[in-house]
Amino acid sequence: MQKLIGSVTSRLVISVPYLWLLIFFLVPFLIVLKISLSQVATAIPPYTPVLDITAGIRSLFNGISQFTWENYVWLVEDPLYYKAYISSLVIAAVSTVLTLIIGYPIAYGMARAPASIRPTLLMLVILPFWTSFLIRVYAWIGILKPEGLLNQFLMWANVIDTPLNILNTHTAIFIGIVYSYLPFLVLPIYSALEKMDYSLVEAAEDLGCPPLMAFWKITFPLSMPGVIAGCFLVFIPATGEFVIPDLLGGSSTLMIGKTLWSEFFSNRDWPVSSAVAVVLLLLLVVPIVLFQRSEAKAQESEK
Amino acid sequence: MGIKTVLLTATLALGLTTSVWAQERVVNVYNWSDYIDPTTLEDFTKETGIKVVYDTFDSNEILETKLLAGGTGYDVVVPTASFLQRQIAAGVFQKLDKSKLPNLANMWDVISERIQKYDPGNEYAVDWMWGTTGLGYNVAKAKEILGTDEPPTWDALFKPELAAKFKDCGIHVLDSATDVLPSVLAYLGLDPDSKNPDDLAKAGELLEKTRPNIRKFHSSEYINGLANGDICLALGYSGDIFQARDRAAEAKAGVEVGYSIPGAAQMWFDVLAIPADAPHVAEAHELINYLMRPDVAAKASNVVFYANGNKASQQFISKEILDDPAIYPTPEALSKLFTVTPYDTKVQRVVTRLWTKVVTGQ
Repeated sequence: MQKLIGSVTSRLVISVPYLWLLIFFLVPFLIVLKISLSQVATAIPPYTPVLDITAGIRSLFNGISQFTWENYVWLVEDPLYYKAYISSLVIAAVSTVLTLIIGYPIAYGMARAPASIRPTLLMLVILPFWTSFLIRVYAWIGILKPEGLLNQFLMWANVIDTPLNILNTHTAIFIGIVYSYLPFLVLPIYSALEKMDYSLVEAAEDLGCPPLMAFWKITFPLSMPGVIAGCFLVFIPATGEFVIPDLLGGSSTLMIGKTLWSEFFSNRDWPVSSAVAVVLLLLLVVPIVLFQRSEAKAQESEK
Repeated sequence: MGIKTVLLTATLALGLTTSVWAQERVVNVYNWSDYIDPTTLEDFTKETGIKVVYDTFDSNEILETKLLAGGTGYDVVVPTASFLQRQIAAGVFQKLDKSKLPNLANMWDVISERIQKYDPGNEYAVDWMWGTTGLGYNVAKAKEILGTDEPPTWDALFKPELAAKFKDCGIHVLDSATDVLPSVLAYLGLDPDSKNPDDLAKAGELLEKTRPNIRKFHSSEYINGLANGDICLALGYSGDIFQARDRAAEAKAGVEVGYSIPGAAQMWFDVLAIPADAPHVAEAHELINYLMRPDVAAKASNVVFYANGNKASQQFISKEILDDPAIYPTPEALSKLFTVTPYDTKVQRVVTRLWTKVVTGQ
């Protein structure tokens, strides 16, 4: 009996995250999928058919029979969409690499710092979150613009004669993404490095391994789970990023978030924008599945 | 205290609160940001006892998407008339009960007639403010480049060799096909309201030629850009540019911003309308009627620097605004302003695609 109750409670506990996913992920996805198969209409809501579950099975089937793949065909026919997807993926990938190059040394430095100041360093990484994300991105406009702080400083230091044109370019987008997502990469790497047993590196050095080689052969592989988690935490949201390219990027920046916005708001075409969103989701599900697999493998090896 | 007493008190409390709710009259308003004198709403509440819940938006697209989703809970909204026509067709609005709007007599027939293009018979909406889409410019820089005190015309933006001279100090253009293409068509001598794909393509071609000179297509950044002196030319809404002018004057950093109606320009109207599913229809009518009072409309214009559609209010509008031809154009300039009708879904696709090409080069 005791065992039975135990298994029921454990099932209940397990079912909570599933229920959460069902309500907040699967149901919205099905709604978006449904709209992506509909057609535009001048009405409230601006698409047809509208499925009404209360109207009975027959009308439900009648509605479903009106579904169309047209919107997906549209996405394939116009090169705009795949160009926007590719450009988003490239921008996200470059940003992720840059974030890693900057973030890893920070995480390493934090993990190797004396234990007494680590909480303070951790606090400093988290501190920017206390200010609104939007305001922090706006602040970069003030720093990067032609008469901004950066250019003023460089000109004062006689490094450059004419202001650098950074704002409204891809460079500004990379800066914005690297800055905004840095903590998401630093924290998992830090937690992986902090757990690491440093005597392994000492052992390697005792056996004559040069420090750099010891880092590459021991420290880096051991921090891999953190690196992978951090990279995905940067790459996935950066792909769909809208605010940073809108504020810091130039007009020629093609990103899928912006394309989705103009389909939804300028064209009032909810079906096509839903189709764009579904395809984006599918594009991102692949790296997410890869991520989960590597996580599972890591857990496996820890056992 | 037994369970009965508890229940009884609870019921009583509930009864009390519901009666309070029934007495409190509310109207939910969704308006553009910075578009009214804040004291107006307080005065309205003092006079009528109706509480105003006030929300703001900054683009027609956002408003329209909410309205099309339905169930917004708003009683009075302020779309631009060119969006209104399609929204009426979608069944978003209810007809105004004109018997409850005696102040309609104050409205300016010149404006009401033009709005009839979108709302035949003025059945669904009354004008709040109106303005033009033209050029904002940095007065000193424009003088230096053009060599004249005359305000810039469309040539400054649409003649690539002239625009190239403004390039370095920065040009912004509204990121909105419906606000830019009609002016380009008019500049090319075509019908600004043309839905013909060939005409639209010609407008697109001209824009692509001048595109290398444009720093950014964006619908609000130019306000700060002009005010701070970061840019020197912007195709934007008159009222936004007047705001930039004020901010620049307040900052006292030596930046002076001007607004020019650069030839044949597009005229727009922001109108008051009541959504079909508005929960407080009577209160909405009372508010709209109040806003059409001459002194109230004048107070708003005096604060936001837009012309309003209220003829009777003109006696209360400050001279500085009423005599500014950039706000209240002279009758002949007014006759040159044009209005456009919205695109249907198919043409809208063509236009948005064309616009994406103009903006991104893709």
